[in-house]
Amino acid sequence: MIKLLGIALVAIGLALRWNTLAVVLAAGVLSGLLAGFDLHEVMTLTGQYFVENRRVLLPVILMLPVVGVLERHGLQERVGHLIRRLEAASAGRILWIYQAVRGACSVVGLNIGNHASAIRPLIVPMAEAAAEKKHGALDERARTDLRAHAAASENVGNFFSDDIAVAVGALLIIEGFFRSAGVEVRLRDIQFWSLPTAGWVLLIGAWRYRALQRRLEAATRVDPPRGEGRTS
Amino acid sequence: MTLLSVDLILGVCGLVVGAVALAIARDRTHPHRRGSAAFWGILAVVTGAGPWIPPAVVGYAVVVLAVLAAARAVEPPAFRGADPAELARRAAELGNRLLRPVLVVPAIAVAGGLILYRIRFGDLAVVTENQAAQVALGLGCLVGLGWALRTTRETPRTAVTEGGRLLQLIGWALVLPQALAALGGILGKAGVGEEIARLVAAALPVQDPFVAVLAYCAGMAVFTILFGNAFAAFPVMTLGIGLPFIVRAHGGDPAVMGALGMLSGYCGTLVTPMAANFNIVPVRLLELRGDFTVIRAQAPFAAAIWLFNVAVMYASVYAPGP
Repeated sequence: MIKLLGIALVAIGLALRWNTLAVVLAAGVLSGLLAGFDLHEVMTLTGQYFVENRRVLLPVILMLPVVGVLERHGLQERVGHLIRRLEAASAGRILWIYQAVRGACSVVGLNIGNHASAIRPLIVPMAEAAAEKKHGALDERARTDLRAHAAASENVGNFFSDDIAVAVGALLIIEGFFRSAGVEVRLRDIQFWSLPTAGWVLLIGAWRYRALQRRLEAATRVDPPRGEGRTS
Repeated sequence: MTLLSVDLILGVCGLVVGAVALAIARDRTHPHRRGSAAFWGILAVVTGAGPWIPPAVVGYAVVVLAVLAAARAVEPPAFRGADPAELARRAAELGNRLLRPVLVVPAIAVAGGLILYRIRFGDLAVVTENQAAQVALGLGCLVGLGWALRTTRETPRTAVTEGGRLLQLIGWALVLPQALAALGGILGKAGVGEEIARLVAAALPVQDPFVAVLAYCAGMAVFTILFGNAFAAFPVMTLGIGLPFIVRAHGGDPAVMGALGMLSGYCGTLVTPMAANFNIVPVRLLELRGDFTVIRAQAPFAAAIWLFNVAVMYASVYAPGP
């Protein structure tokens, strides 16, 4: 039971709104010490895992200068301009289509974007332009709602289709685990049983983005359109 | 030995972050000049040269990063928004040329990931197959950056300023995924997962086939919420509950169980701040107030998808195979 104190520390730290990075690190040190490692060993493990996993930084660090430079020259305005010309565009539809395309590409193992390379520079400006054209300026709450759902469309599109392609992380982890546990499974069966959920998330997406669309309509019916302040 | 490698691209990342640190150190108007410069400077060295530094030194450096973050020394300054009229004018002037650098990145990433590892110069391969996708993404970003600078007639200095602006918006949350990976690794070595699986199995009547499915899917979600990673939850829950109860005791199909179990874990990923790169980094990147805004939007997705997974697993896992 004492082994679980590290996890308890995370729960307490998050509940008390301590700095998450510090809480996570402290929980790792505590768990390591409780498991009988000395401080030097815990620091060695921490450094080792930190370095081994630093490739998650790559797409963010290298993409942000591209996006930042173009934003200073009107990238988001241009994307908005293009979307306003499309009659059928609505925020909900744009997010659903992004989720579907992201998922479809993920099925065949292609990674077409992430929050830094697609959501901030392209999808959010598209959805906001479509929403503002339809309903007038968005207030802070409506804008937050819309942007949070744009982030969701990336995550949901990314997560629930990647077991279907061959040779992608999750699939190999499942198969490899069963092989090492001495249980026989066929890759094809794991892929097949991932299909229903991949279809289901499209329906759920349609439901959630339609709900978003209705909230945007309701919010802007109450507040008359105002001048929009751009945050940087 | 290959021409290109992920370590090389990460070296470039280190240089970019280092340039940002230097720019902050020189900026006398920055409200947290020293703390921020130290944070990004340390991160630059660890990112660029990580494999050549003793791991324990990196470990202590990460502690320094966390202390700086907890001391609020890495808060971003208040960035001045650009003039909307000027932006609209530039957007009209440059038109679709603004989009090309953004679109070229995934194009190169996808094409390069498929092609690069097949190219060889004599005995020298360009890149190994399992590093090709990441290296191609890195190259795509660099091409995109060069293109963006040419289109806008800006200098690399602007790239550092503007990239630095967005990096500072994300702040310390940028390294949270790595800190969580370290926590997950240490918890794994400490045997915490097995302990949890044992507690769950002891507390619930998993002798019942339905309860076994429910406990397994719930365990996957909860464990993923705690650790931020479904891949870490999978072996623990499958060894602790899935294999002994669903497969061995009730004769369930491991392929059905594995597929839907992993997908149940992803539902946990949607609602946990521990999955920082998916749920916290975009909050900062999209300039939302409140760390839980993305998680709140995703909670109905998670609930609906999880229930579906449980239903499909219960309906199919015990059915006689084809």
